[in-house]
Amino acid sequence: MLADWKRKGDILIVPLKGELDHHQADKVRDFLDRLLEDASIRHLILDLSDLFFMDSSGIGVFIGRYKTISKRGGQVCITNVNTQLHKVLELSGLYRILKKYDTVQHAVDGIRRVSV
Amino acid sequence: MKVKNEMRLEFLSRSQNESFARAAVAAFAAQLDPTLEEITDIKTAVSEAVTNAIIHGYENPNEMVQIITRIYDTYVEIEVIDHGKGIEDIELARQPLYTSKPELERSGMGFTVMETFMDQVEVISAPGQGTKVRMIKYIGNEERETERE
Repeated sequence: MLADWKRKGDILIVPLKGELDHHQADKVRDFLDRLLEDASIRHLILDLSDLFFMDSSGIGVFIGRYKTISKRGGQVCITNVNTQLHKVLELSGLYRILKKYDTVQHAVDGIRRVSV
Repeated sequence: MKVKNEMRLEFLSRSQNESFARAAVAAFAAQLDPTLEEITDIKTAVSEAVTNAIIHGYENPNEMVQIITRIYDTYVEIEVIDHGKGIEDIELARQPLYTSKPELERSGMGFTVMETFMDQVEVISAPGQGTKVRMIKYIGNEERETERE
């Protein structure tokens, strides 16, 4: 479910694919944490275009990565959120800490506006 | 109300069965002609209940999780059953953000998701006796009829 991550300066962009449940959560967590070992990464954009399903296991994954990024003074953004994902994210109050954008480009622009 | 159809499913308490379990229940519930949102709500709630059985009920991958799904005229009833260690304080377990396993980065939102996405959630459990989560979702309510007009 993981591949194709990109860097734009200090922003890491990772597309999540398939279904993020308890079974997949460990893999996603390990993958993201390995990438985040690079201390020059300050912001994280998770592109959810191809993520079709998520349950509360995903909330734990997002909160954990938010902790890492917020220590670096960065932002965690999510993009292309479908209705089901939106329902779970809204219910969990995650929008108080994660910023939602329509597209990856909007997220990159948003981060740059704030960090300038 | 009379049961129109029923299915029973049993599988090992392994995390790779979570996606199978929610897909199977969703496919069975499709007989009630639910909207995409109703089906997704059911899938999400089943995923939470099955994950709880695997992580909290058993803590080992060689036990059986059982799901019974019954279809009635206007609703679907889903029971997710484990014969694991049971829940000591059900009220506490159902509270948002409460988790007995913070070290696993669990969000503690499982029961809250079930309660939000289903119309009724009942938890029957006792220490050493396993846990049964019984959920009901009404399909095709008035709101939906209005939407279709």
